[in-house]
Amino acid sequence: MSLEIANLSVGKAGKTILSDIGFTAPRGQVTGLIGPNGAGKSTLLAALLGLAPSSGHVRFEGQDLMAMTRRDRARLAAFVEQSANTEERLSVRDVVALGRTPFQSALASANGAEDQAVIAAALAETGMTAFAARRFDTLSGGEQQRVHIARALAQTPHLLLLDEPTSHLDISAQLQLLALLRRKAMAGTTVLLALHDLNLAARFCDHLVVLKAGTLAAEGAPARVLDPALLHHVYGVRARLLHDAFAGHSVIVYDEAIPETLPHNPD
Amino acid sequence: MKAGPGLASPGARNAGVHRLSLPALFLLLLLSTIAAVTFGPADITPQEVWSVILHHCGFLPDSPVSRLRDAIVWELRLPRVLTALGIGAGLALAGTVMQALTRNPLADPYLLGLSSGAAFGAVLFLLAGFALLMPLGAFLGSLGALAFALLIAQLLGGATPSRAILAGICISALASAATSYLIFWSATGDSYREILSWLMGSLSGSLWADAGLVGAALLLCAPIILVSGRALDAFAFGDNAAASLGIDVPRLRWILLGATALLTGIMVAIGGAIGFVGLVIPHAVRLATGSRHRVLLPHAMLAGAIFMLWTDTAARTLFDPRELPVGIITALIGAPVFLFVLLRYRRMT
Repeated sequence: MSLEIANLSVGKAGKTILSDIGFTAPRGQVTGLIGPNGAGKSTLLAALLGLAPSSGHVRFEGQDLMAMTRRDRARLAAFVEQSANTEERLSVRDVVALGRTPFQSALASANGAEDQAVIAAALAETGMTAFAARRFDTLSGGEQQRVHIARALAQTPHLLLLDEPTSHLDISAQLQLLALLRRKAMAGTTVLLALHDLNLAARFCDHLVVLKAGTLAAEGAPARVLDPALLHHVYGVRARLLHDAFAGHSVIVYDEAIPETLPHNPD
Repeated sequence: MKAGPGLASPGARNAGVHRLSLPALFLLLLLSTIAAVTFGPADITPQEVWSVILHHCGFLPDSPVSRLRDAIVWELRLPRVLTALGIGAGLALAGTVMQALTRNPLADPYLLGLSSGAAFGAVLFLLAGFALLMPLGAFLGSLGALAFALLIAQLLGGATPSRAILAGICISALASAATSYLIFWSATGDSYREILSWLMGSLSGSLWADAGLVGAALLLCAPIILVSGRALDAFAFGDNAAASLGIDVPRLRWILLGATALLTGIMVAIGGAIGFVGLVIPHAVRLATGSRHRVLLPHAMLAGAIFMLWTDTAARTLFDPRELPVGIITALIGAPVFLFVLLRYRRMT
């Protein structure tokens, strides 16, 4: 049981943004979506949620994700945007309670006992219990992102999609967030996240999907995917791998950018 | 970090108060209604008002109130008071919905040009000889203005608050010029003055038929809006966030903006372009209740009704025997609030 994507294409205003993408994000693993800016990472996540017009097949745990109603999909899959802010006067608990939206009827007046329990658990899991009564807009960027994760967890998702969730966080917050996602994966959630930092991707992801200009460039285990030739091909950089004897895996160091206009010069 | 009490969400802090605040507001509305009917050139006591209402509702076969005083209450003051209540409730709801859907704290039927569009539609139908269809003209006018505002915002690459206001200025200017042109060429003598007074927003001369039409528009639109509270909450972080929470964003947007245009159209057809109610009320209520729409919407509706009732009472009694268009009073209150909102949300605009 996993997220299986086949022949996925997205076009907007006559322009192809993603063409013929196919890969599998295994259940209970963290799959990292990497690639340069404009490669189509955000579009891919949006297409999986039905937010971008797409063709192709997306199956999750045997069900056709595209054929579902929005509400059914929202009960299965949760999405965390890059950085979402609001001017509304909402408490942290109010924001996390939004995650219960797909489970509640329009007429029910308040969150029921089960909703309350799920919300409390999501707050606890993200370490935000003490912040529950705080106003969302008074929090720091890292705290706000944790609240968004808590909101997503309140959807009790089987599939967790995140668009560069670490981009505005300091190092400690990044590590905490990725460790939390690893714990969720261990508990059986399928996690697919777009990431910029390749070393973090190598360290925290079980599986990597590499996009370049709307096409699939590579897929596989980080150690297999992240080699100097691929980094050259996808990112246009000269890079080396150094072995980190303490952690037991490789670390990428970048030497220089290779201007795209130059013809490829095999060295 | 500990959560300081000063930073706590007003919504969370007052969670228990809401159960009482709605009935309290409703009681205030009822008392205000009786009180407002007693205000005016003829001195009428609350007991008399109560007797007249009971008499006409068939609970009191013999009214102790004289025929003339009965007529003042039943034919003049009560229809006007009820019309004011309905218009205030409708405009406050329309403003709350627009602010949530467009994520724009400055959204208001008046500021985004819907009221001007509605006024143009109403005057067009009136001068073309379809006086009875004026509400339809107003609805089409407000719908057209809304579509135009959304189109301009789209062309500008997304509706930020300041862009929406600029689009509203453009639409208001165009619709007002078109309205003035119509009046200039077609209206004569008395009708000229009457139309101008109505354009500024006035409930003078409201009849039971007016109150009925306002009530019908509210009965049709308010339930749709009130049950959408949870869905509107999901818009706090934008369209994509709402969609990923299972909300059918395009469908909800069309239904709610349609209801807003209908409410605005009918309210303008009856009361003219009364401004700022849709801006002042939601912001004032939000300070007390927080932003959760299941709480905010019903409170804004009742508060809007009470606000409109008292501003209209002031409009007809302050400078007795002359009457002020109520739109002047709401603008006197609304413009400073507009500035307050601008300053409060200056990061966004």
